[in-house]
Amino acid sequence: MPMRKVMKGNEAAAWAAKLAKPKVIAAFPITPSTLVPEKISEFVANGELDAEFIKVESEHSAISACVGASAAGVRAFTATASQGLALMHEILFIAAGMRLPIVMAIGNRALSAPINIWNDWQDTISERDTGWIQFYAENNQEALDLILIAFKVAEDERVLLPAMTGFDAFILTHTVEPVEIPDQELVDEFLGEYKPKHAYLDPKRPITQGTLGFPAHYMEARYKVWEAMENARQVIKEVFEEFEKKFGRKYQMVEEYKTDDAEIVMITMGSLAGTLKEFVDKKREEGVKVGAAKITVYRPFPIEEIRALAKKAKVLAILEKDISFGSGGAVFADVARSLINEKEKPIVLDFIIGLGGRDVTFGQLEEALSIAEKAMKEGVEEEVYWIGLRKEIL
Amino acid sequence: MAVRKPPITTREYWAPGHAACAGCGCAIIMRLATKAFSEAMEEKYGDPDAFAIAHATGCMEVVSAVFPYTAWKAPWIHVAFENAAAVASGVEAAWKKLGYKGKILAFGGDGGTADIGLQALSGMLERRHNVVYIMYDNEAYMNTGIQRSSSTPYGAWTTTSPPGKYSIGEDKPKKWVALIAAAHQIPYVATASIADPYDLYRKVKKAAKIDGPAFLQIHGPCVPGWRIPPEKTVEVAKLAIETGVWPLFEIENGDIRNIKFQRFPKDGKFKKPIEEYLKLQGRFKHLFKRPEAIQELKEQIKAMWKVLGKEVELP
Ligand SMILES: Cc1ncc(C[n+]2csc(CCOP(=O)(O)OP(=O)(O)O)c2C)c(N)n1
Ligand code: SF4
Ligand SMILES: [Mg+2]
Repeated sequence: MPMRKVMKGNEAAAWAAKLAKPKVIAAFPITPSTLVPEKISEFVANGELDAEFIKVESEHSAISACVGASAAGVRAFTATASQGLALMHEILFIAAGMRLPIVMAIGNRALSAPINIWNDWQDTISERDTGWIQFYAENNQEALDLILIAFKVAEDERVLLPAMTGFDAFILTHTVEPVEIPDQELVDEFLGEYKPKHAYLDPKRPITQGTLGFPAHYMEARYKVWEAMENARQVIKEVFEEFEKKFGRKYQMVEEYKTDDAEIVMITMGSLAGTLKEFVDKKREEGVKVGAAKITVYRPFPIEEIRALAKKAKVLAILEKDISFGSGGAVFADVARSLINEKEKPIVLDFIIGLGGRDVTFGQLEEALSIAEKAMKEGVEEEVYWIGLRKEIL
Repeated sequence: MAVRKPPITTREYWAPGHAACAGCGCAIIMRLATKAFSEAMEEKYGDPDAFAIAHATGCMEVVSAVFPYTAWKAPWIHVAFENAAAVASGVEAAWKKLGYKGKILAFGGDGGTADIGLQALSGMLERRHNVVYIMYDNEAYMNTGIQRSSSTPYGAWTTTSPPGKYSIGEDKPKKWVALIAAAHQIPYVATASIADPYDLYRKVKKAAKIDGPAFLQIHGPCVPGWRIPPEKTVEVAKLAIETGVWPLFEIENGDIRNIKFQRFPKDGKFKKPIEEYLKLQGRFKHLFKRPEAIQELKEQIKAMWKVLGKEVELP
């Protein structure tokens, strides 16, 4: 029987790691993620998890040690956030390029400067081009589930790419919620043992990993990463189905909420989806035709799902906690890319919201919605809006 | 007729066909060190192949593993410039869980070790991973075209320490990573040189047989980087020892008071002047117009020996 426990998002992530039985874990403390390695150390110290826990001297070494372990042929896990993830940046590309299915839990946190420990998605969004699969969790249960799912997808032979699962700093990492912990036997069945055919450092069958790729080969190697990421779309769907059959919880690339007759669909990721659904309920009561959509998988980007969603609405309003200076939000760019060649397409507006832990209120959602309504009636004035700014201190 | 066991194993892990320059001193380190490692693994575990290599970006990595070729007959991984020690830590941890017997060997250049990789090295040593880390010291960033590192000797020309009206070349004393490694109180630290292959071989073997981390800093001349003719590689390295420029020593458990020296003149008087070492190398050519710089280099070498506990005389 699955166990129910009230726990923080970080504990849910540590439990997921424990259930996945990685053989090597290397991690370094950073707020808001620190509890993940702490909890895992405890599991290892108590003999509840049979793993080598490497207490590295930096996140750069954390991911480097995971690369070494994964290349040697074992399941490897790490956790970090924000500055820690940014410090790993260089090695993230290498992990993907070497096709090592490392899994990482991220407590999504803002990036300096100013230094800020609170939630937004700038950390993981900034790693979108590294070749890592990216999941975003709405609540602590999803954090646990999407880490297990990340292992399964990453290790699939059609994929063999690393994967990260993000869950919002403090809103999830430090907030307790009831979480169902799946049975170990079921998880064992679901994940199986990791026995790589492509990456090992075994003296009995010596291979060379991490070679120099000349122009004659480099592009093909990169294409293979692209192809693997494309394959991941199908694999993720299959894994979601299998997960639902085994554990009874349903996941989708994009989860829609009251979108069928919606004129405006507000799209977001992570824990904001919870607030947004409540907001939609409220507006529905007032007779406003608004729906919500949550992007669960950000890489590979759910292009087809966004196209299908776009067919239903007149305006897509993206609410996102990240910014690419000089362009706009990253999710906005991905949604626009998905629709660019559609014959008929809705208006797409971008709302930068909740950066660095700024509370996202119904008032802010109202503001975004009224801008969307105005654009629907009178046409687009601007594309990117910053919502919830304190104009008085600007 | 009795057949004598060769003093160095005939097994090879560094295959011909790699792209190192003719006369590359560091290529000799690759070959000898892997041979010594294999002999140690054979003696310790009954399996000469019981090791894997983690390699930092640098000349020896670039010349040995160009897809689809490899010079390596052992399991080998390269990840980045600054993290060979961290990668080796991960490989070692995985090996423990896989139940493999053996030891991990890490290679980094002086740049990948003394500079950008120093933190990862310190972490690996401090955590006591079962890894032998070999810093192959050619005293500059050769792979990117001869820029100075913190291991470049005083006075040397490099592309980022060019001599000129306001410069004598490299203007800082050489940093000795072996001593930094020893400060971690790890079981074994040594320096070695390609000019004494038996000493090098013995030290790598010893390091490989120890349980826990070991660090070796090995001198390997670079033909274009030192501006030497390819046939002079070994001669130059030998002069470094004979003139007192390159100390050969071993330190166990960080016990610097009981440091052991090899080929150290009993009376502390080196017979050959460092000028004999310098004059063979284009990188020091400009110093002969600047005798005060040669004097300064001598003072620095004496100071280095003093740190090692020896008063020396340089002719
Ligand atoms: C993070 C990073 N910075 C810079 C480089 C460029 N780079 C590659 S090898 C190298 C120098 C290597 O010097 P060293 O470690 O002494 O090895 P050598 O080439 O001399 O054998 C540099 C600067 C890099 N690959 N990665
Ligand atoms: S440049 Fe120097 S270190 Fe590099 S291969 Fe040539 S001789 Fe060896
Ligand atoms: Mg060098």
